[in-house]
Parts: sequence; structure tokens; C-alpha cells
Amino acid sequence: MRDDVNDHVQDELKSARHGIARRDALKAMAAAALVPMLPESAAAAPGAPVAREPLPLFEAPQAKRKGPRGTPSDPVLQVAKADWPNKLQLRELTTLAALCDMIIPADAKSVAASTVGAPAYINEWASRPGGDASLVRVRGGLVWLDRESNTRFGTRFHLATNAQRTAICDDICYLPKAKPEHQFAAQFFDTIRDQTATAFYTTPQGWKDLGYIGNVAMPKFDGPNAEIRRKIGLE
Amino acid sequence: MFFVYSRRSKVAPQYDVIVVGSGAGGGMAAYQLSVQGLKVLLLEAGRDYDPVTETPMFQTPKDAPLRGGGNADKPFGFYDATVDGGWRVPGEPFTTAPGSQFSWWRSRMLGGRTNHWGRISLRMGPYDFKPKSRDGLGADWPMTYDTMAPYYDKTELLIGVYGGEDDLENTPRSSPGVLQPPPAARSYELLAKQACDPLEIPVIPAHRAVLTQRQDSARLPARLHPGNALAQRVLRQSMNERMACFYATDCGRGCSIKANFQSTTVLLPPAMATGNVTLITDAMVREVSIDAQGKASGVHYIDKLTRVDHHVTAKVVVLAASACETSRIMLNSRSTLFPNGIANSSGVVGKYLMDTVGAGLSAQIPRLEGLPPVNEDGTAGIHMYMPWWMYGEQKAGKMPFARGYHIEFGGGRGMPGPGIFGGLESFTQGAYGRKFKEEARRYYGSFMYFDGRGEMIPNEDSYCEIDPVAVDQWGIPVLRFHWKWSEHETQQAAHMHKTFAEIIDKMGGTVQGTVQTDGSKAIATGGSIIHEVGTVRMGSDPKTSVLNEFGQTWDVKNLFVTDGATFVSNADKNPTLSILALAWRSCDHLVAELKRGNL
Repeated sequence: MRDDVNDHVQDELKSARHGIARRDALKAMAAAALVPMLPESAAAAPGAPVAREPLPLFEAPQAKRKGPRGTPSDPVLQVAKADWPNKLQLRELTTLAALCDMIIPADAKSVAASTVGAPAYINEWASRPGGDASLVRVRGGLVWLDRESNTRFGTRFHLATNAQRTAICDDICYLPKAKPEHQFAAQFFDTIRDQTATAFYTTPQGWKDLGYIGNVAMPKFDGPNAEIRRKIGLE
Repeated sequence: MFFVYSRRSKVAPQYDVIVVGSGAGGGMAAYQLSVQGLKVLLLEAGRDYDPVTETPMFQTPKDAPLRGGGNADKPFGFYDATVDGGWRVPGEPFTTAPGSQFSWWRSRMLGGRTNHWGRISLRMGPYDFKPKSRDGLGADWPMTYDTMAPYYDKTELLIGVYGGEDDLENTPRSSPGVLQPPPAARSYELLAKQACDPLEIPVIPAHRAVLTQRQDSARLPARLHPGNALAQRVLRQSMNERMACFYATDCGRGCSIKANFQSTTVLLPPAMATGNVTLITDAMVREVSIDAQGKASGVHYIDKLTRVDHHVTAKVVVLAASACETSRIMLNSRSTLFPNGIANSSGVVGKYLMDTVGAGLSAQIPRLEGLPPVNEDGTAGIHMYMPWWMYGEQKAGKMPFARGYHIEFGGGRGMPGPGIFGGLESFTQGAYGRKFKEEARRYYGSFMYFDGRGEMIPNEDSYCEIDPVAVDQWGIPVLRFHWKWSEHETQQAAHMHKTFAEIIDKMGGTVQGTVQTDGSKAIATGGSIIHEVGTVRMGSDPKTSVLNEFGQTWDVKNLFVTDGATFVSNADKNPTLSILALAWRSCDHLVAELKRGNL
């Protein structure tokens, strides 16, 4: 194998003009093997100030490339989190929470969407990198919702009565039947319904509501029991 | 986890073989060569990766950004195992020719794409090795199914594959005792079978590389490596570290208990345990070097950490960088002897690129509505499938296309994830409120999908070449893709839609979306099924092929290819199992030839 390491050190030393003897440089390189690497351009720039610390020209790869690097294409899967700032404001989140709970309210079987953090999730979703069109739709829709409620009932959406909120939602809950002047609002409602469902049904509460009982280790896998076989018409 | 840092040693190590790539083809090569005592330098373009510590087992969508949904950086979802890959790799573009559409899924990680694949492991059958002899299209493989059958058996025993005992036309059964027991069928799989029986479409246990029971580590190593104590020792140890599937968490995330097949859990641990493998990750190979005698002398690679170019030498070079990446390396290896790329005197390198024909339909099945809770996670993949069944009609000239497809299908009460109930308003007239919750309970588990996976016939218009201008961030010229489907593929895609609609109808369900009679509207983009193979094909004639039946280049006897690039045809059978079996056979030949002094 060619000794690229030494060739490379020679090049670096020549261009850095700081006069350390080659063998000292190699020692320095070895000592620096475990510290983070500087950009090569900084180390190699002619006339760069002489560093007090040994120049960390190389790093042993095992010190650096174990495990994920935390970039978007190599995130840390075990400790997941969204790393972009949320953009919706408190006022918007208040209106959004009221709409989420119109879509998925509490009932005898499970809690409401806002109880499991649906507005916070939708904020994360609409604020995501590359999600500009979603953000426009959500923000525009929320302004529309408060304005519509104010026009009709003289109050913001979240302060309106359930009957008043229902009157607005009935107008925009199904795109194919929405009036022409409600087309945008119906698209907005559709988006929020989809995202509220995502928010709610991906939580333990949502799973329990639907009867999803997987994601647990099982010693064996059985096919459907007699009751299910009968119900779906296999027997 | 396996990193051995040898670059600082003063004496250049003497390797017998350099293996480029650590996925199915490279992982198998590293394993087979190292257990037979050869000194192997394994180069991987991506980072080191350890499924045991890194796999997000049991993590739920709630704990992930965007509830685990996909984005441009993680197109198959946040928890998908793929590192630095997907439909794009940071800093490593490719181009498509005007009028061509092609998608290229890559990853940059130890083990490559074996970390996230579907584990569907179907053997090619007797017809699949001799397609041209049967219908005059494409080209024949230089070997027969009978030659490959023992290698399929051995590969299935090594990696662990579940499946049934069915023995259908061109869907061969494995030898007795080779396969692991298939998991029980789920309710929706039984319903589909009930519907398919009168349509005379067979529905049989799928074959997938997932352990349903622990491997017999006392007997299998001696059966797979008779007389080889080293191989038996490392394989026994490796098999003892693998658990059986516990029927939870998606295989696409990888598997920390090593129940499914990944190169990083099944091939590389025993290979490294031999002490014969030196692994360098973040090593982006750009070129194979040749010596004055016209033999491969080694490879040049760029260390991604320092961006420094290196040259390493060995007696033999094995390329397994993934089909198109292997072509790229060969085409970029230009010399006075090989001005068009190393071992490319035939001009065939880059040619006859194939993917799988894909088309799908979704359905809503009322009989699956409102069922009591039942855990249908299973092996997190298909338990049943439909192999191609219309060989007779094709032979009788009654079909508008050559070659067949199989059907993969799913649905049921899987883990609710992002996007669940998107589009439900069309079933509920826009329900919201308590009504929405009731409808969600009713419809959850009642949706199914059917995906056709069919054979593409190689053609002159589907190939890759070096882009005359573009380079990647490592200064390496990139690939430019050309792509064209023929009528065989588009007609087949239309037939898929027609068949799915019939099955859905028999199940009493409703098709979601449009049943396309124009197959060009149903067919998935080339490359998007991620079964791209060919471009360095095997053959019997050095004028029309690059490799002999052992993956050895005709022009350079110490240069081998062991990935999907070697494929002559692309049967509907998902390619990974065949890549593994072919790589094993190639390595046996390589070792024998090296011992004879022929390389």
C-alpha cells in the first residue's frame, strides 16, 4: 500500500511554511489522532498563523465514524427529535387546537386530539424544511377560520360555541361538496384532518382506540382465531 | 464495529483479494474468501454500521420527527435503516439522458442495501436461466438451474429463509430440510387465497430471509463447509448469535437480534471473526488499476474523511459495489489497453440495464371491517404471495407479453403510522368529530394493496454510461442513465392491474384509484423497484458478454464481479437471493483458480 499519509504530511508541511521537522510533525500527527479534525484548508493555507497546538492533520477513522453523525440523511435513530424551529405562533396554535378537537374530540373510548399533542405535531409538520406550501396552507387556513367565525358569530373560532364551530366545519369538511367560495377552506380542512389523524392514531391512545395491539415481542405467530375466521367468511 | 485501521502500518499489507462493496455480493465474497483462508481487504464507500446497537427496535412513530414519515433525506421513513442514501446520495449525483426517467436507490453504509430490503428470497427457476431458448428474447445465462440449485440450497441454509414446500412450474422447491417453517397466514392473506382459488391463481407461502426458528448451529456449519474447521467455527459462533423472529418491528429498520438477513448480521461477523479481513469504511473506489501484463493490480479509492486518494494492491479484485456502481468503476478504469473501460472489449459494460416491472393497486375490503383486535405484525413482511401462473397461456401464444410476474400483497391491522386515514373522507363523505372516530375504527384494517413484480426483458435502449461532464464530490465522473420500457413490460403492467381488479372484485372489495388499461400509465418508473441489475452481464461468448459463468471477466482473469451487475436477465424473482448464490459460486471458482496459480 502506498504511504499516502507521509506524502500528504510532506505536502502540508511545505505549504504551511512553519518549519517543524518532519519527524516532529509525524509525532504531532500521532498525538492529534483522536482530536477533531480542522478543515484542511485552514491547515494548508499559505501564510496561515502557526498553530500552538499540533496540527491535527489526520484523525483515526474509528474515533469519528462510529455510529450516526446526526445529519438529515444519517440521523440518530435511537434518540429521535425534530431539529428545525417551529413557526406557528401561540395565537395560531390556539385556533388550531380547537379545530383538531372538532375533528377528533374526546368520546367514551378515547381522549381528544389536542390531549395527545396534535397541534404541536402539526406545527412541526408545517414548519419542516421544504414544507413551505404546507405552512402557507395551514397559516392561511387558520386566519380564514378566525375571520369566518368573527364574521358569522362575532368571536374567534376557539371561543365560539360547539354549534357555531360545527356550522363552519360542515361547510368545509368535504371538498367535493364545498361551495366555490369555500374551496380553499375545504382543502385546508382536509389537510388538518389528515394531519390530526396522523397525530392522534400514532400515539398509544390512538392505537388503543383502533385496537392495534402489535409492536410487542411474541413467542410465536398464530393466524386468525376461529371468531375472526368466521366473521370474515373463511368458515 | 469491525474497523481495523491498517493504513499507518509501515509495510504494505499483502492482500489476496480486494472486495469492493459490503452488501449482498461483497459481503458474501468477503465471507467465502476469508473462511477459505484468503487475506481480504474489504472496501466500503459508506460508514461503519452496527445493527446490534443502531437498530431502532420497537421505537414508535410518536417518538420520531414527522411521526416517522418519509422525506427527501429518509424517503422510506425516519426509522428506515438506510444511511446517506435513498433516491439521492449527498454529494454524489447521477444524470439521466433527455427523454429517460430512471430512479437509483443507493446507500452509503456497511452492508449496503441488505440492511433495509424486503427479504423476499425467490429462486430463479429452470426457465429463468434460459429465457432466449424459450421465447427468443433477451439472452440465456451461461449455466442452468440445475447447476445453481445446490448453491441456492446452501445460501438458504446459510442466511435462513422461510418458505413452503410447493413445487410449481418454474417456481422450484428447495431441497427437503433447507427452508425454515413459514409463518401462519394472516386473515387478509387467507381471504386473498379464497378469492384466488376460483381464479386459478396460486397463493402459497412466501420465501423470506427471516428466521422463524434458530439455526441448527451444531450441524449446519459442517454441512455448509465440510472439512473446513475455521469456517465451521466462525459460522457456528455467528449462528449462535442469531435469534428467531419475535414477530414485531419492521424489517426495513434492520434487526438487532439478527433474525433477518443483513450482510452486517450474517456475513460480515463470521468473515471478520476469521481474522482474515481488513475492513476500510468511507473508502470510495473510483478505478481498478492494471499492470503491464494487463492484469488488475488493485484499486484507487478516495478516503472520504481526508479526501485523499489511495492505491491498494492485491492478487485479485472483486467488484460488488452494486450493479450500476460496479459499471461506473469499470467504465472509469481507462487505460491504453482498455480505452473504453477495464475488461470492456465487448463494449457491453453498462448495457442491458434492467429493473423489475412494478404496478400496484389498493383496495378496501368490507369483510375486513370492524374486526376484533388481533396482532397481525407477523414477520413484518409478506407471509403469502402469488407466483406467476400463466406459463401455459404464454406458451399457447394467448398473452400479449412475454415473461411473468408475481404478486406481493399486504394490508390488515399493521402499525398505524403517518398518513393513516388520509383519503378516508371519500368513504365517509367528509366525516369529522365523533363520527370520524367511529369510521376510523370501522375502516382500520380493511385496506389492502397488491403489487406486481415482473420480468423486464433487456433492451438496447436501457443502459448507463459515463456522463461526459458531471463528476461527484470525490471528483469521480458520474453515471448517465438511458431508459426505455418495451411493449412487453407495459402490457404486463396493464395485465397486473386487470388481475388485481379481478382479485379485489372476488374479495367483494372496491378498487381505490384507477384500473389502467394503458400499461404505460400503470408501470412504475425504471429503477424505482430497486431491483436494478445487469450492465456487466455473464455469457458464453466474450463478444457479447463481459463475464464467464463464474463472474470472472473474459479480458482480465483476476477481475471478478459478484453483484447484481452480472445478471443476464431479470426474472420476476427478487434478485438478492440469486446475487448471494452466484457470489458463492464465483468465490469457489476464484479460490480454486488462485490455488492452481491461474490468477
